[in-house]
Amino acid sequence: MIHTDLCIIGAGPVALFAVFEAGLLKMRCHLIDALPQIGGQLSEIYPQKPIYDIPGYPEVKAQDLVENLMEQAKPFKPTFTLGERVDHLDKQEDGSFIVTTSDKTHVHAQVIIIAGGLGCFEPRKPVLENLEKFEGKGITYMVKDPETFRGKRVVIAGGGDSALDWAIYLSKVSSRVTLVHRNETFRGTPDSAAKVFDLANQGKIDLILSANLKQVNGNGKLDTVILEGKLKEEIKLEADYLIPLFGLSPKLGPIADWGLSIDKNAIEVDTRDYSTGVERIYAIGDINTYPGKLKLILCGFHEAAIMMHSAFKYVYPDQKLSFKYTTVNGVNAF
Amino acid sequence: MVNFTVEDQEGNRQEHEAPEDMGLNLMEILKAYEYPVLATCGGMALCATCHVEILEGKDGLGDATDIELDQLENLPEFFPTSRLACQIRIGDILEGAVVKLRGEDVV
Repeated sequence: MIHTDLCIIGAGPVALFAVFEAGLLKMRCHLIDALPQIGGQLSEIYPQKPIYDIPGYPEVKAQDLVENLMEQAKPFKPTFTLGERVDHLDKQEDGSFIVTTSDKTHVHAQVIIIAGGLGCFEPRKPVLENLEKFEGKGITYMVKDPETFRGKRVVIAGGGDSALDWAIYLSKVSSRVTLVHRNETFRGTPDSAAKVFDLANQGKIDLILSANLKQVNGNGKLDTVILEGKLKEEIKLEADYLIPLFGLSPKLGPIADWGLSIDKNAIEVDTRDYSTGVERIYAIGDINTYPGKLKLILCGFHEAAIMMHSAFKYVYPDQKLSFKYTTVNGVNAF
Repeated sequence: MVNFTVEDQEGNRQEHEAPEDMGLNLMEILKAYEYPVLATCGGMALCATCHVEILEGKDGLGDATDIELDQLENLPEFFPTSRLACQIRIGDILEGAVVKLRGEDVV
């Protein structure tokens, strides 16, 4: 069990700045994000894009902003659980919470701050009958441990960078790798595409182009993947694993089940302190909504500062909060 | 004003109009009409959550551009007349078009 003052769900720019604001009030944070890296959308979707509306930066690259925010938060030693989704929040008798992730990591916190952006990024799934039946029984949407696929027959579907990269990697580990792509060409990194064609020529990868996933079969566990080829013909592949890699898309996910008031995929908050209807749960950044809400990073920063002053009473119930400027007091690291 | 038709995920069609002179794109118009379009990336052609299929009017609207195809080709489902709504500027080219929402479910 991880013990912290505040558990922040999300590790995007607003979550990172929240660590700084919490730190000024001597509150420690643990952050949990479904993505394997910090930075949220900025790192996942547009790391190289310039942002023009961060006060004090006429122009800043998204990834640079994330790195600067991390630097700013560093004195307050945030801890992270990445690549795991928060599934449950359980309220304790004393009002605190125990958070449980998809990988059964437990975090005990006095206050929960949802800074989850548009929700968790989850894999896009192909539309196939019985798909769910084989999830975890041969169908997986990400490669967590490549060793799982050692000596196995693996079918990878998709044409982006991750499909290419994993096809290349698993060609050295698995007994058979088949890469299925709907087109004749790849739009991923040209180097990776060239490598895949090379490996196919050497017989180390089976490359099936202009084909789509059509059906998955098996008896309790996946054993066959059926494709539809260019001429609408059926192609039957024996397989231990199917890894569809069609990118990620945000979903509100389990947040919808926590008894919070939700309007159009956003959590309704009180603008006095960005609290939700549930005591000790706050929501800041793109995931919240209120009259006049603007989904801007800078608005999330403002919300983080305000909400921390409200959360203080739960972490230090016996102390009176006095407002201080960093120009007067500096940043006192833990 | 240009007039066009939107077909939602359930197949219901509704006619709409949009101003050509405000520098808007189709994704922004769809959101304004409260269609369930996520538009995660805000219109940078980086997320494909505003995926639409052009059912009628493709001649005027033209083909998906390279940056759209980078996203569209990675989707589980992709059609010959697929576009990203955020890359379609509102203008005369949209007059009479029928677009079907293909972005995934919002929840």
